[in-house]
Amino acid sequence: MACAASTEPAGQFDLDAPWQLDAQVRVRPEAFGALLYHFGTRQLSFLKSPALLAVVRSLGAQPSARAACTAAGVQAGDLMRYAHALQTLAASRMICKRETA
Amino acid sequence: MSKAPLPLAEQFQYGLQAPICLTWELTYACNLSCVHCLSSSGRRDPRELTTAECMAVIDELQRMQVFYVNIGGGEPTVRPDFWALVDYATGHDVGVKFSTNGVKITPEIARRLAGRDYVDVQISLDGATPEVNDAVRGRGSYEVALRAMGNLADAGFAGFKISVVMTRHNVGQLEKFKAIADRYGAQLRITRLRPSGRGADVWDELHLHPGQQRELYDWLVAHGTDVLTGDSFFHLSGYGAALPGLGMCGAGRVVCLIDPVGDVYACPFAIHPSFLAGSVRDPDGFAGVWQHSELFSDLRRPQTGGACESCSAFGSCRGGCMAAKFFTGLPLDGPDPECVRGHGEQALAAAAAAPAPRPSPDHSHRTAPHRTGERRPVPLTLLARPPVTGRPPVSACDANPLAGFVPGR
Repeated sequence: MACAASTEPAGQFDLDAPWQLDAQVRVRPEAFGALLYHFGTRQLSFLKSPALLAVVRSLGAQPSARAACTAAGVQAGDLMRYAHALQTLAASRMICKRETA
Repeated sequence: MSKAPLPLAEQFQYGLQAPICLTWELTYACNLSCVHCLSSSGRRDPRELTTAECMAVIDELQRMQVFYVNIGGGEPTVRPDFWALVDYATGHDVGVKFSTNGVKITPEIARRLAGRDYVDVQISLDGATPEVNDAVRGRGSYEVALRAMGNLADAGFAGFKISVVMTRHNVGQLEKFKAIADRYGAQLRITRLRPSGRGADVWDELHLHPGQQRELYDWLVAHGTDVLTGDSFFHLSGYGAALPGLGMCGAGRVVCLIDPVGDVYACPFAIHPSFLAGSVRDPDGFAGVWQHSELFSDLRRPQTGGACESCSAFGSCRGGCMAAKFFTGLPLDGPDPECVRGHGEQALAAAAAAPAPRPSPDHSHRTAPHRTGERRPVPLTLLARPPVTGRPPVSACDANPLAGFVPGR
């Protein structure tokens, strides 16, 4: 499912919502993290750490972004930095909220 | 993220599994003869990749997860299989942005393109007025480009790109270019003139004066990410705040060029045997060249800044553009010829005694291109080469600025 334009206000990422990678996004792992490309917006993004890549990859399978962070071993003290990175990805439609059944 | 990762540009110096994007020139054939053509295009090369070979390259790019290619030429749309190749690429998760002078962008084609998510179009325009544009790109080329833009806009293709190579004659037209882009709902892309291809012959006449570089830098800073630059002006970051982009030379590290005959070069501005890494026709294909070529391995080793290392601007300009240095005869570990601190001018003066390397190969039309610009000073010296035996001497009154032009060897 493609993302609708993000309505999240900047800096207020909803960690407790279920998220997913946009269906039009492809991921290429690299030593530094990963390259993300959105075929709809034709935008490129970089994930600047392998841990962030692990979070992004598991979003779709976890009940919330917070759970995805925990599963990837993100420490509580680092959580806000991850939320900020995820917010940036949401703003560029790389990830979007998942409809729950 | 418990420990701070290296800045991306620093990590990219050591290369990636595959290019971030690559430039693929599909043909050397072109209906125009722009004086600054970086690939010296004009005539098709009989050895150009066949449709089947192009499709095999696309398959490989898909396997390597190269998400998009910048297709150029020559004029790529004159290849009879061009639209089939675009469809094949986008059907295989390889997005396409192609550069064109607009000659084939009919209303029908524009409607077809507007319906595609994976395709972006970039129309080349080197003057915001016919006089300035046609002097560089040839008579009538302004009208062709604007007609193509109109067709794209009418078809509802939002956000196509208008790509401008910055010269001393069009830098004063930045606002006019922006107005044209706004009028068509397009995005402006401003790139640097390189002394590559035929650009080597006109660089002295067309490259920006130092004051104009500053003017351009300030304008780019003011427009931020609204105006694209292809990261081509990172050498100007020596003025102060860094321009948006990676701010590094990506040659062989994050970008490369596949030329029409399948040769792989470190970057689109470095078509010369010194920067030839291999061929997609080699047994291990493009992936083999990208991952194992000696040249690319060398480029991914830590580089020395040479004479630039003691300069306080080195951290932001990184010594500038490799191709610009090479084709002006400067050492690769020294300043860029357009160094904002003026070190390039000194280096150029010092290097003037030795001839700079000639771009090659050359596929220029053997006939002189159409030029206009009679009301501007005609740059008679710009293609001056030593007289060639067997050719009639060029009259000083010959109004054709390409008189005496002989394709380089």
